[in-house]
Amino acid sequence: MERRLLSGDEAVAAAARDGGVHLGTGYPGTPSTEILEAFSRLGGRAQWAPNEKVAMEVGIGAAFGGARALVTMKHVGVNVAADPLFTAAYTGVEGSLVVVSADDPGMASSQNEQDNRHYAVAAGLPMLEPSDSQEAYDLALAAFELSERWQLPVILRMTTRVCHGKSIVTRRAPLAVKAPAFRRDIAGRVMIPAYARPAHRRLRKKLASLAAWAETTPLNVETKGDGKLGIVTAGVTARHAREAAPGASFLELKTVYPLPLEKIRAFAASVERCVVVEEGDPFLADQIRAAGIAVESKPEPFRFGELNVDRVRRILARDTSPEPEPPKGKPPQLCEACPYHPVYAALRKLDAIVAGDIGCYTLGVLPPYQGMDTCVAMGASLGVGLGLRHVLPEKDARRVVSIIGDSTFIHTGVNGLIEMVYNPPETGHVLVVLDNGTTAMTGQQEHPGTGRTLEHEQTGKISIEGLARAVGVKNVDVIDPIADVGGFEKLLADRLGKRELSVIVARRACILAAADIRKWEKAAADKCAACVEAENA
Amino acid sequence: MPSRVVNVIVAGLGGQGAIKASDILADAAFRAGKDVKKAEVHGMSQRGGSVTSDVRFGDHVESPMIPPGEADFLVVLAPSEVEVTRPLLRKGGVLIPPDLVDEATLPNRKSLNVALLGALSRHLDLPEALWLEAVRAALPERLHDVNEKAFRIGRERARKG
Repeated sequence: MERRLLSGDEAVAAAARDGGVHLGTGYPGTPSTEILEAFSRLGGRAQWAPNEKVAMEVGIGAAFGGARALVTMKHVGVNVAADPLFTAAYTGVEGSLVVVSADDPGMASSQNEQDNRHYAVAAGLPMLEPSDSQEAYDLALAAFELSERWQLPVILRMTTRVCHGKSIVTRRAPLAVKAPAFRRDIAGRVMIPAYARPAHRRLRKKLASLAAWAETTPLNVETKGDGKLGIVTAGVTARHAREAAPGASFLELKTVYPLPLEKIRAFAASVERCVVVEEGDPFLADQIRAAGIAVESKPEPFRFGELNVDRVRRILARDTSPEPEPPKGKPPQLCEACPYHPVYAALRKLDAIVAGDIGCYTLGVLPPYQGMDTCVAMGASLGVGLGLRHVLPEKDARRVVSIIGDSTFIHTGVNGLIEMVYNPPETGHVLVVLDNGTTAMTGQQEHPGTGRTLEHEQTGKISIEGLARAVGVKNVDVIDPIADVGGFEKLLADRLGKRELSVIVARRACILAAADIRKWEKAAADKCAACVEAENA
Repeated sequence: MPSRVVNVIVAGLGGQGAIKASDILADAAFRAGKDVKKAEVHGMSQRGGSVTSDVRFGDHVESPMIPPGEADFLVVLAPSEVEVTRPLLRKGGVLIPPDLVDEATLPNRKSLNVALLGALSRHLDLPEALWLEAVRAALPERLHDVNEKAFRIGRERARKG
């Protein structure tokens, strides 16, 4: 079969293709974004959802319909999608549903380094974790099989190094899968309390059966060493650990939940010293110790950041002496020609208190602007800005501005916009939507506001200013902050002076995406010109 | 025990093609039948920040990340990154600095990444033909000529150096 050098993300896409996935959906988020893009390039049906919750629901629906569905997101995206995910554990699925959680230990491009292995326990869902691209491919295929066999969503947990690292992958022959079909199962899928109570019991039964399966599945890899040191590990850490301690015995766990506790017990008993080596929280170590198995966990400093071969050597040596600082490189910054420069200059000049959001524009927090006072979560700029307005003394409340990017606004900013109209602060409020026509930070993905699909084809377009007017915001303006020099500052000053609700859409294409956007717009216009229906309209 | 793994770090600033260069190197090693692993962090890198990419190849590679201070070769595309990344190089490791190749001698300044790979190629046991295949596979056809020239200029420069 074909051997290729693939990233972990590309390997999951290849598995989705070879595993007969009918629909892939998600929201862009580093390091998960490339999965759906690669799946689309391979000919799969892939689409961006407005946010992870909607993506999860579309995936659940597809799997209820008997399809194989793939839903991708970064770790913090699972927080957004958790509501449907937890109850999908009760309903189970008819086809197959695999959810990729792409975690970011070390926070290369994230606001926290939460360890999403805890989600498997909390939701009661099986979780697999690969250590390189070949395993990403194999375990993604295994996850679809597992999901179908136990009729449960399965979480494939990846981390930045697995997602973006490249290694050699051998693909298998594509599978023939069942065609989607609807089967009515009201008690199984309508989670009113009377149906949900037995559903919870069904879930626990499935998990008990999965735990028994985990004890014997060949997915977990055990190798014998000299019998002195035994290492229980998972994910990319297994690769670091093999290099750090080539003579040790290894139990590499691919089923991080449920754990094969009896297998681990026997392994620990077979070596003189058994150490659990894992990145992030002591997730494995806590469960293993709770089962009464004597293992050593890593010292606390190794909870933080990524592990590597050197850090694993330190863990094994119980060395907690200060670690060398990684090279202090140049931090990323707003592009020189970024259309947001005049926005940040104006915010600074007007001494605004800025409730910010997540995207490229978060880089405005760095010098020279230091133009952001808060940044918590996707869409949070609205709620946080409103909270500040509600409680601050009037002279400060009137300085508060919420700023949010176009894709982030569609993601979860819309809810905050509704809150702004429903619970308006006495001093009013000003929202600036930084609309650069793309999801810039993650590599210029489309979103509902661009009016183009993941594949850059024309589709329904959501108007940000139209939404703002429709929900009842009094002052809604659209301005090009580059073309109208000084205009943005004047407008912002005027709106801050009013005790009313205002939305300013600062619209100018991202400098990195502008050429592509023109190309896609032209392609759409050409297609439209050739279309008879459009002429008749 | 696996035979020795070759560790190469490519460093630069976002937009300079450090990741592209590491892709080409990884592909050349893959074409030569080596086990290859590659690791990098991207996401914010396009915004002009520091970028490093680790490429490791040999008979069998475990971790995709090169332990600090264990790089055999350090290819640096930006002058500002030389001192920052130097501690990643092992004692006796080879630095391939950006000024090894005079950008003015290149048909296109943007090919500095490929020119420095040409210089690196002098030190590695990978056939030149596979390097050029990897260069062509990584770039659109209109850029093949300038980059092949850049590769040869770098390769020539390293021989003199």
